[in-house]
Amino acid sequence: MAIIVGGITTSHIPLIGKAIARGWQSEAAWKPFFDSYEPVYAWLDRVRPDAVIVVYNDHGLGFFLDRMPTFAIGAAPEYRHADEGWGLPVVAPFPGDPALSWHIIESVVGDEFDVTTCQELLVDHAFTVPMALLWPGADPRPVRTVPVAVNHVQYPLPSPTRCYKFGQAIGRAIEKWPGDRRIVVVATGGLSHQLDGPRAGFLNRDFDLACLDNIVDHVEAITRYSTLDLARLSGAQGVELLTWLVMRGALSNKVILRHSSYHVPISSTAAAVMVLENAPIATAAA
Amino acid sequence: MDIPGTIIFDGQQAMKGYALNKMCYSFNDASNREAFLRDEDAYCDRFGLTAEQRRAVRHRDILELLNVGGNIYYLAKLAGIFGLNVQQIGAQQRGITEAEFKELLTREGAR
Repeated sequence: MAIIVGGITTSHIPLIGKAIARGWQSEAAWKPFFDSYEPVYAWLDRVRPDAVIVVYNDHGLGFFLDRMPTFAIGAAPEYRHADEGWGLPVVAPFPGDPALSWHIIESVVGDEFDVTTCQELLVDHAFTVPMALLWPGADPRPVRTVPVAVNHVQYPLPSPTRCYKFGQAIGRAIEKWPGDRRIVVVATGGLSHQLDGPRAGFLNRDFDLACLDNIVDHVEAITRYSTLDLARLSGAQGVELLTWLVMRGALSNKVILRHSSYHVPISSTAAAVMVLENAPIATAAA
Repeated sequence: MDIPGTIIFDGQQAMKGYALNKMCYSFNDASNREAFLRDEDAYCDRFGLTAEQRRAVRHRDILELLNVGGNIYYLAKLAGIFGLNVQQIGAQQRGITEAEFKELLTREGAR
């Protein structure tokens, strides 16, 4: 049967993708950041996932304003990256997991989350950069993927509570799946940053550090906010924290914090990586 | 709720900026970026930009582009054509140099 072994949060800053493409990992400016993923690799080696749910937000590659789904789930045999217009090198496709995708879709729609389903979906840097960070240099790809896209482009965005509940529905779906998979839920984006407007360059270290704490076992301290509260507190693009709430909802109530690391700034963003392990799995693995 | 220094890209903005954002979205394709560079006016015509939007494109001014309905994720593709990265975009909007913007980020991040 399928089990969720845990969740990972990671930033998806395009400059990280560029650093990987150029091989800057050992350079002084980058080494502490890339080193902070070493504990993540050790954890992945231990829990051995074979499928990953990637909760991310598209930035104008897979979707445009002509039709903008609030929640979309990929149901394709593979997901391609493509030219995003500003120079990030295009990477090799990622294998999908259509049977798992359709099961999740059936289950969450049954749970009243009426998602858009995508049999073709271009995935952008918010999907590809985290995959390159978590499985560096891995081609052929070692894990199957299910992209879950959350609208962060056009308001109204879903509320923090709604995102958390959507994650819970995904968690219930996976628990019910008879297929054999060890699944990691990855949330990409954040933490605080703002790219646009006179407040461009806004960062909020205190709020970020509180979120890193609260996402573990006080998620209600985050879900009590509105989406606009999040934009005010963590910046216009800091609302990517919504993907973290989807991930957290998919995990069990009790999780074990395995790793947390925070780097500010990377490009214009406060970057963070966390590993949360589902508590029952820890016992099973021991 | 108004957030200082922040434009919330809602339905109003999305309607206002549709043509501009659609043009920017087309820049995912290298041949479209080349077509824009060959003849900027003709390319703006093709997407039916308003006079204000054309002016903002001509000025390469991000705040102006946001005000005429541009969304930053699509504008990033236009800015990429002009060789601007996100920090240069940030610096331009703040009216400071790129070096000053990087200092600002370091300061903000340490607060």
